Amino acid sequence: MYTVSDLRKRLTIVINSQPYIVIAFEFAKPGKGQALYRTRLRNMVSGAIIDKTYRSGDTLEPAHLDQRNMQYLYKDDDNYYFMDNETYDQIAIGAGALGDAKNYLMDNLTVDILFFREQAIGVNPPTFVNLRVTEAAPWAKGDTSSADFKPVTVETGYELRVPPFVVEGDLIQIDTRTGEYVTRVKE
Amino acid sequence: MPINWRLASRRKALVARAAILQAIREFFIDQGYLEVETPHRIPAPAPESHIDAIPADGWFLHTSPELCMKRLLAAGYPRIFQICRCWREGERGKLHVPEFTLLEWYCAGGDYHGLMDHCEALIQSVARRTGRGDTLAYQGQEIDLASPWPRIAVEEAFSRYAQVSMAKALERDQFDEILVRDIEPQLPVEKPIFLYDYPAARGSLARLREDDPSVAERVELYIAGLELANGFSELTDAKEQHARFLREETYRRSLGKRPYYLPDKFLAELQDMPPSAGIALGVDRLVMLFLDAASIDEVIAFTPEEL
Repeated sequence: MYTVSDLRKRLTIVINSQPYIVIAFEFAKPGKGQALYRTRLRNMVSGAIIDKTYRSGDTLEPAHLDQRNMQYLYKDDDNYYFMDNETYDQIAIGAGALGDAKNYLMDNLTVDILFFREQAIGVNPPTFVNLRVTEAAPWAKGDTSSADFKPVTVETGYELRVPPFVVEGDLIQIDTRTGEYVTRVKE
Repeated sequence: MPINWRLASRRKALVARAAILQAIREFFIDQGYLEVETPHRIPAPAPESHIDAIPADGWFLHTSPELCMKRLLAAGYPRIFQICRCWREGERGKLHVPEFTLLEWYCAGGDYHGLMDHCEALIQSVARRTGRGDTLAYQGQEIDLASPWPRIAVEEAFSRYAQVSMAKALERDQFDEILVRDIEPQLPVEKPIFLYDYPAARGSLARLREDDPSVAERVELYIAGLELANGFSELTDAKEQHARFLREETYRRSLGKRPYYLPDKFLAELQDMPPSAGIALGVDRLVMLFLDAASIDEVIAFTPEEL
């Protein structure tokens, strides 16, 4: 069993025999009051999203998920297709169940496919992926005063905030757990 | 860019933070308050149901400087303030770090109405002294700092913004949940707002209202929906305080929390404390408001995860 202090993004739990993944998590506490752990959970099968609040002392049932190494092939309107590297079996996963992982899916990327009770339900990308910046506002050289971040788009269409020195064409490393920029990759 | 560009990028926040601390000090010193420092590591924190102190070599890191400051009040220091780090176990979120900065001040002879006036004057003064004038812009909201700020009783807030009454919420043990989930997001943001008169059981160090002992003379300040300060007309009845501490400690132990010793010296000296009012204000959150920062991480030099 998990306790509320185990709660974090991407934790997987079982509610009413369905696997859920924590997609947003907020600690809320009135100064003198009880701590509340507000979560937004995605049903890993249907993609449905629910909000649930936990309190100190509550327990959560862990979802035991099997992982299989597979390669991303392509997508169509409804599904993303993957191939088992050993058996060459192909499977399809609905876009709804993919969540943030679709931000990192480049052709031929090897990912872990998640199975819950023999059903493919989701994708775990590698913790760090390198993606090329395809769109970025230019950086005014010498502008050391601007400490802010700027938005860029990478090759998968994903948008994120990066330090101002990142320019179009750069390869950047992204932490797929947080979706955040880590560093510029030297080529 | 330095390797730690995240830290470098916080320069604006750290500079503003220093200016805000300076402005707070000037405000209190101008008003004849004495700045004090009390120990961070103490043997016996005030037992409170939902605040946990971090153990430190057999003692604890204080969760607020309340008990030591009240001993100063009792010993004849009538107007005192302190800016210090405090620690609360397990509190981490967008608005929480386990080590944070608290401003706490006490005024002998005052009550919680006076505290509300004083909060208005303090925030207005800090805004002026740091060149911000009398409006704040926070996360797309405009906040007018001109007095008077609305003050509503907690019971009234429940009837205005929640589906259930305060009494029902207490009965179902949903007071905090409803406050956080339903009421706080709906509080008007055009001006800062005070909630006052909390249920008696929710103010273990506060005086009860003479004309209605079901409520404690406790007040909370919210700005832009952020809980910023919490204060009381202080309880000065040592016997009553002793009984409440026992009740809170029994509850804490029933949840399997670390046992505390009772703060005996504080309880013994409480009889010397004049009627007073005291309040604690989260400095990190004040800096967030002034800097339009969505997360506390943006206004402190190091988050615990970065150490």
